[in-house]
Order: sequence, then structure tokens, then C-alpha cells
Amino acid sequence: MATSQNQLAKEATTAIREGSGVQKAAATPKLYANNLNFYYGTFQALHSISLSIASHKITAFIGPSGCGKSTFLRTMNRMNETVRNTRVEGELLLDGQNIHDMDVTYVRRCVGMVFQKSNPFPKTIFDNVAYGLRVNGVRKSSVIEMAVERSLRHAALWNEVKDKLRKPASALSGGQQQRLCIARALAVEPEVLLLDEPCSALDPIATLKIEELLFQIKDITTIVIVTHNMQQAARLADYTGFFLLGKLIEFDDTRKIFQNPSKKETEDYVTGRFG
Amino acid sequence: MDLRVSRARKATNAVMLGLSGLCTILVIGVLFFILGYLLWHGGKSLTPSFFTKLPKPSGETGGGMANAIVGSGKVLLLATSIGVPIGFLAGVFLAEFSGRAFAFTIRYVVDLLNGVPSIVVGIVAYALVVRPMKHFSAVAGGVALGIMMIPIAVRTTEEFLRAVPNSLREGAMALGATRAKTIFTVVVPAAISGLISGMMLNLARVAGETAPLLFTALGNMFWSHGWLQPIATLPVMVYNYAIAPEEDLHQQAWAAGFVLLSLVLAINLTARMIIARGAASSRR
Repeated sequence: MATSQNQLAKEATTAIREGSGVQKAAATPKLYANNLNFYYGTFQALHSISLSIASHKITAFIGPSGCGKSTFLRTMNRMNETVRNTRVEGELLLDGQNIHDMDVTYVRRCVGMVFQKSNPFPKTIFDNVAYGLRVNGVRKSSVIEMAVERSLRHAALWNEVKDKLRKPASALSGGQQQRLCIARALAVEPEVLLLDEPCSALDPIATLKIEELLFQIKDITTIVIVTHNMQQAARLADYTGFFLLGKLIEFDDTRKIFQNPSKKETEDYVTGRFG
Repeated sequence: MDLRVSRARKATNAVMLGLSGLCTILVIGVLFFILGYLLWHGGKSLTPSFFTKLPKPSGETGGGMANAIVGSGKVLLLATSIGVPIGFLAGVFLAEFSGRAFAFTIRYVVDLLNGVPSIVVGIVAYALVVRPMKHFSAVAGGVALGIMMIPIAVRTTEEFLRAVPNSLREGAMALGATRAKTIFTVVVPAAISGLISGMMLNLARVAGETAPLLFTALGNMFWSHGWLQPIATLPVMVYNYAIAPEEDLHQQAWAAGFVLLSLVLAINLTARMIIARGAASSRR
């Protein structure tokens, strides 16, 4: 199985090199994982993952709990390094450069992240969105104000909060808080935006709003989303990867994954036979 | 069911319930007795001149403790500016950086330090500050109380920082913030009301300490200028006046005890208010 993935990845890179640009899931790869292994202590959570994330597309990862999809997501901005006693092997290339050779704060600025549970800082709405700019050294208030408005508009939150930017972020509803977190991530203009089950705590209406805004921001960033909700992956994603027990079972066009998967396990999962 | 067993059990229950209730009343009673006694005697002896005048030479009546009130303030200010920064930064290290085994060791040592008798801390400050400087001083008193503040400052900081959800740290770091920036711009502000009130309770705890000041700040019947002279403090004044033979001095000691207690109570209440407000705003 692992070899077939390597095969896929190789085909993908060959396609890029040759400039054909038609290979599935790799029109313009933004991120490229090559034979990535990840360990929590002695437990291997990821087994030689290789895939390409296409630029300005939505890529979704599905799979049962504990399958490694979130772990994989968190390797892409090196967030797993904050967990003690973990180890990563293999390459993860962002625009062809290994992120493990880059400064970690730079990686995280380029690869933003939105978490499962919304985590607004105990600050005002404005200061939440401005935070990323400020810690990255932006001081000019006109620049910050423009970026805050732009990010809130992208996150479809501007109309709801424009009159209460100085109110604490905790005063917002759950769905608004999650959109605020998206705005906060967008403010530093990340090249990739990782979302770890961003809607799992939200009602369908709030979920719909977030899905709509993700469609909108495909133009400005590359989106990778982990979701438990298969319908969400089917609705949103251009490409979908199916994880099981730390392995990437199948990675393909979303339509193919859901309508005509080539692996038995994928078919069982997407048709609801397990998981 | 055997009726006698059940009756014996009911009797035991009644006795134990009565006993524990009595002990509770005793606990509250002791506190209110002390408060009431101090209020009665202290309130009676408290005059405006207590706050404005210097102590009178022995033999004369009247006078006040203005110098001791200011002196206590100065020594506590010094103690806070020594104990709080050291304890706070150590607490940050303990909560955010140290490994589990090392943290366990530090925590153990800090708890030991907390258990060191205050008179011993006084001796340490005497050896560290008074001996080399060759005289008693406000600085020596501040160092003694500052050392006493460190353990609580460390543990308070550690506890309140640990209570900040990890998701906030991750959120900040995911935006490209360094560990240090994350801690000082997100984690500490999130815990700030707890930290401030913890430090205030810490201050209130050492405000009444007498033993460590006896041979560091010593005492002074006059105004103490600057930081390098012996300085009067309220607890030491209470001690000196209470063991003096004159009845008038006893009255002054009561008044001083009353003022000290009011001060500690005021700090305590303010701290609790800050905690309550912090909790309310984080719930919002």
C-alpha cells in the first residue's frame, strides 16, 4: 500500500517537473509530504505518508477518530513539536523547501491553523485579529486596521462585528468565535490554512456560513481541512484523503473518493459500513 | 434488621454530628473573638494622632505611630519588589518550560522554603544584609519579607498559568508567536486577575510578620529617612509596646494591631474582588 502511495507521489512530482500540470491532486503543489513518519514516544502515529496539496484548492482528510488525520495536519505547521516526546521523519516541502529547515515561527506564519474548539484570546475582537500582525512586528496602526477589516470581511464576520470591535471576543457566539479565529489566521496572509474539524462544535447554520467562506477564500489561500463529517468533505473539497490507522489509504479527486473509490476500506468507510 | 444496632448507629450519628458542629462553632468563635476583642480595645485606643504623630519618649503619654505606618509600607514595597518578580519568573519557568521531574524537584524545594520558620528567614537576612552593611535597615527588612514571599509567589504563578487552557497557547503559536511572546502576550494576560490577587494575598500574609523584622528592620522611634536606616514597622511596634510596662503603651499596641488587621483585611477583600471580577469576565 505504501509503495502505491509513493508511486502516486512520484507521478505527481514527475508531472510537476514536466510541467504537464494535469496530474490529479498536483496541479501546482503547495505542500508536498514525502515519506512522512510520526511518533508519539514509541507509538508510530503516521506511516510513510506521501502526498501533494494543490495550491488554491480545498483538500479534505477524512477517517475515523485516532486515524492520524489531525496528527498529519499538525505536522504541516510543526505544531506537533509543542508536544513533548514526539518525533517526525521524512520531508514536508512548502513551495519546494523543507519546513523542518525553516524557522518555526516563519513556518507557522505561512501555514495558519484553525482549531477544533474556537480559541479566541481573552482580548477585544480587534486585538484578536491584530494579534498575528503585532507579534510579527507590524506596528503601523493604519496597516493593522486595514488588515483587520479585510480579514473580518474574508471571514464573513465584518458586518456582524464592525460596531463592536472593542468588545471582548468572548461576547460572540460559538459560530462567530470560530469565524473570528479564521479571520485571525487570515490576517497574517497565510499561504496555507489548516482547519482541524472547525465545525464539529457548531450548529448547521454556523457550519454552512463557514463552508461558504472557505469557498470564498480559496482564491487567497490553500485550504486543508480535517473533518469527521463526510458530507462536508464531499461538499467542500476538491481532493480528499482517507486515513486509517495512521496510513493514507487513498487520496484522489473528491468525486472519485465518494463515488468510485479504488480501495475496499475507503468504500466501506464512505458508505458508512464502519467508522 | 436488628433494632438495637440501628439505635446505636443513630446515637453515634447524633454525637458525631453534634461534635463536628461544635468544633465549627468553635473555629468561627475564635476568629470572631479575636476580631471583636481587637476591635473593642483597638477602636477605643485609636485616635487621629495615632496616624499623624511620632511615638512619645517613655514616661510621656500620647503620641502615635505615623512612622511605623509609613515604615511598614516601605518595607512591604521593598519585599514585593524583591519577592514578586523572582517568584513570578520562577513560576513562569515551572509552568511553561521545565520538565516533569525537574518541576517536581523545584516544587518540593519551594514548599520546603515555605516551611522555613520566619525567624530563620530573619537570621538569613541578618547574615546577608545587616552584617555586611554593619547596621539594621529597611532594605534588610524588605529582603527578609521578600524571601518569605517567594514560595507563594512561585506556586500562585504556576497554578494560575497552568489553569490557562492550552488551546490559547496553540492559537498564539500557530500565528507565528514565539514561546516567550505567547506567554507574555496571551497566557499571562489571561491569568492576570488571578496573579494580581494571588500576589496581594501573599503581601497580606507577610504584612503581619514580626520575627523576621526584629533583627533586620529593628525599629525606630523617629522618622527613618531613605532605605538604609533602621525603620519602625507596625508588627514590631505591637511587639515592643505590648511587652512594655506602661498601660498607655498597651493601648497604643492595641491600636496598632487594629490598624494592621484592617490593612490586611482590606488587601484580602480587594484581592477577592479582583478574583470574582476576573471569573465573571472570563465567563462572559
